[in-house]
Amino acid sequence: MFDPLVSHEVGTKSKTSRGVSRRTMLTVVSAASGGLLLGVSLPYLTATAGAAGEDSFAPNAFIRIARDGQVTLIMNQVEMGQGTYTSMPMLVAEELEVDLAQIELEHAPPDDKLYRNPRLGFQVTGGSTSVRAFWKPLRTAGAAARTMLISAAAATWDVEAASCHAAKGEVIHTPSGRKLTYARLVDQAAKLPVPDDVVLKDRKDFTLIGTSAKRTDATAKVNGTAEFGIDTNVPGMKIATVAACPVIGGKLGSVDESNAKTVKGVIKIVRLDDAIAVIADHMGAAKKGLEALVITWDEGASAAFSTADMVRQLEDASARSAVVAINQGDAVKAISASPTRIDAVYQMPLLAHAAMEPMNCTVHVRKDGCDVWVGTQVITRAQATAAAVTGFPLDKVKVHNRFLGGGFGRRLDVDGITQAVQIAKQVDYPVKVIWTREEDIQHDVYRPYYYDTLSAGLDDKGHPVAFNHRVVGSSILARWLPPAFKNGLDRDAVEGGAGPYSFDNVLVDYVRQEPPAGLTTGWWRGVGVTHNAFMVEGFVDELAAAARQDPVSYRRALLGKSPRAKAVLDLVADKVGWDKPPPAGIGRGVSVVFGFGSYVAQMAEVSVGKDGRVRVQRVVCALDCGQMINPDTIKAQMEGGIIFGLTAALYGEITLKNGRIEQRNFDSYQALRINEAPTIEVHLIDSKEDPGGIGEPGTAAIAPAVVNAICALTGKRLRQLPIDTAQLKSA
Amino acid sequence: LKYLMMLREIQMAYTLKINGGSHVIDADGDTPLLWVLRDLLGMTGTKFGCGMALCGACTVHQDGHPIRSCITNIDSIGDAEITTIEAIGRIPAGVKIQKAWLEVEVVQCGYCQSGQIMSATALLASNPRPNDNDIDEAMSGNVCRCGTYVRIREAIKHASVEPATNAQKG
Repeated sequence: MFDPLVSHEVGTKSKTSRGVSRRTMLTVVSAASGGLLLGVSLPYLTATAGAAGEDSFAPNAFIRIARDGQVTLIMNQVEMGQGTYTSMPMLVAEELEVDLAQIELEHAPPDDKLYRNPRLGFQVTGGSTSVRAFWKPLRTAGAAARTMLISAAAATWDVEAASCHAAKGEVIHTPSGRKLTYARLVDQAAKLPVPDDVVLKDRKDFTLIGTSAKRTDATAKVNGTAEFGIDTNVPGMKIATVAACPVIGGKLGSVDESNAKTVKGVIKIVRLDDAIAVIADHMGAAKKGLEALVITWDEGASAAFSTADMVRQLEDASARSAVVAINQGDAVKAISASPTRIDAVYQMPLLAHAAMEPMNCTVHVRKDGCDVWVGTQVITRAQATAAAVTGFPLDKVKVHNRFLGGGFGRRLDVDGITQAVQIAKQVDYPVKVIWTREEDIQHDVYRPYYYDTLSAGLDDKGHPVAFNHRVVGSSILARWLPPAFKNGLDRDAVEGGAGPYSFDNVLVDYVRQEPPAGLTTGWWRGVGVTHNAFMVEGFVDELAAAARQDPVSYRRALLGKSPRAKAVLDLVADKVGWDKPPPAGIGRGVSVVFGFGSYVAQMAEVSVGKDGRVRVQRVVCALDCGQMINPDTIKAQMEGGIIFGLTAALYGEITLKNGRIEQRNFDSYQALRINEAPTIEVHLIDSKEDPGGIGEPGTAAIAPAVVNAICALTGKRLRQLPIDTAQLKSA
Repeated sequence: LKYLMMLREIQMAYTLKINGGSHVIDADGDTPLLWVLRDLLGMTGTKFGCGMALCGACTVHQDGHPIRSCITNIDSIGDAEITTIEAIGRIPAGVKIQKAWLEVEVVQCGYCQSGQIMSATALLASNPRPNDNDIDEAMSGNVCRCGTYVRIREAIKHASVEPATNAQKG
């Protein structure tokens, strides 16, 4: 996804790690039912968006320890496969000295003050930020609770707190071996002041962090009991499915409902400004009813719009004046003065998310309030849109979060929630609105199309003395987080625009070009970094080829200021066996990427059939994500991220014709399948640096490694995704 | 007349055998089994992914064979026994697959995994020692957007070596 705060990180680091008093971070909340409730107040790092305001402590807090000893962690970071429901409680359990299994998890309700993600300023799960944002606050909370429980026990025994320690949910008086369970201590602990400063465990004493603890959500997900948004079942609920105008920006025209009304199980047909929904007893009837409608659409201004029009607009925009993102030395002058000049245009298509769980949302609009059941990455925005549509104040809108059947950035937008509330508002019973797969693909919030120009000047030894990268595309930040879009610069769109490299002269700039209204662009696993990794790593491979140098050593020479990037590159080269040529018929390509606080290098080994079909046989991945919380989850995120990125590299493309999205389902918008999956080897670097993100780096690095491998094998340089097999045909 | 209408209603109802139980369903015969399971019977472990048998998220067993419930109309089922993820743990191959899934930590978002487990269980039940090609053939109809394929392959192999160990343990 994105990391809009990355450039602010350095400036605010010292303030957040040392300057903030612990007292402002932790508060004991009196629990009506007794026990200890610990609220974690999260410092707001930047003034990017929203009002930080004073921190209040409502009855909800992050950690509750009940009188029976049950520890509950209120999860503000949602689970969409990335493992937060394991990594977050691990942070608490480590410091609180309880087993992971002793912690129960609860989805957090919407509350930007209580549950905000300090890296992004509100309650959001995205940008590979969960561990980075909560690495310190959750450990601090766990340690504070432990300290208070130890103090309570020490007071009971009339001994020094220093002579006691905590383990497995008990406080132990070390010299005598006397023990008291947390259950016995919580009421007394709750009366104690929150310690000003708590001592976090030394990393060498970690017994849980850094281990591959089992996923807490796995059992429910192998026996069918896990509840995703789409599994919501509330009394009296009906099912609806919807068709929005297939032309971007179009409206609903006239509708003949007569046939649809005769379908058994159809209850009601609901018209919206730009869509129509059929409510029925079950989805089968709703779909049948929808198909029976005779709809005339008011196609609007974009009825003739096509992908070619969009690309032409981007190409034109590329010649406009740009906003500077990185500028060191004088890249333009240095390129002109170089003996060798390389220029290239790189392009990436619009992409849909196609999360396995199609978009859905269940809503009950009552006279006195509204309930929403949904899996969302932005629960407070879900609440806000439901309030706006219904006219209820926020406190009358309850949002119940659920597991997400894939997020990938799609569930950072609430368009489907807005629409579901508009439908539910017209009936007095709860209604679950489910988008068909066709609706899900044709009304997505798409990853932007990027049209980038890259230039470099090489000296007579082939060394790149200057690097110039112009990014052209729509701005997600301008729409999604307007305060972060400053002076025309979308920091996400240019993130990683010069790769992890040091160039003497470098210019990265940006031109914003939006598609027509109704075609909305949004976050997609690793957006800025993923896009720039493809452009930069493909282009740097071209420079190495022009310089007639080895692509690994060429990159190494540019990584003098980034030892961690160099280390992952060296590791991946070693593990793939770079010193030996690949097997016959196999091409090998490399990429190295910094993003989300992590360093990743990948090697892809590919074969290309006579028909041009690309088969990725093997991927080797080296990662330095700083301190690891759960190595197996990290490995899984690399594996999955690589598959996700491979789908996009090989197949992913959303196109428009006559204002309509041409792709419909998994036939025309293909996903990689098990028979096409490469073997994947992941090598993790043991690091004591602060944790980096792991959800997105794996996706970012794969496409350039594959196109570089194809070029090594066939000599064909592909500068556009998805990979065009027609260009690779040899027979 | 009222009697005739009632008779007509009764005739339109379908009796489905699901997970060892019997369910009378009042819906059109062309209603896909998926929606009967999820919306009328509240068995939400079986997932909707595409509606066109392209992704496998809705896979259930019909007399032990994997079928896509999103394109299986209820009037085509007759007396066949339907088994869903909720009951797959009752058959030995299902137990092995679920156990292997947990041991190998296959799951990420988990949405497609009901279907993956149904396909994998059917494979293992008919072929206790599947090789890579067998796995590709049996599992390529199941899409996973989280990209858990590497581990699905590993877990099926893991499950396939279980019988001997279990038998020895007795």
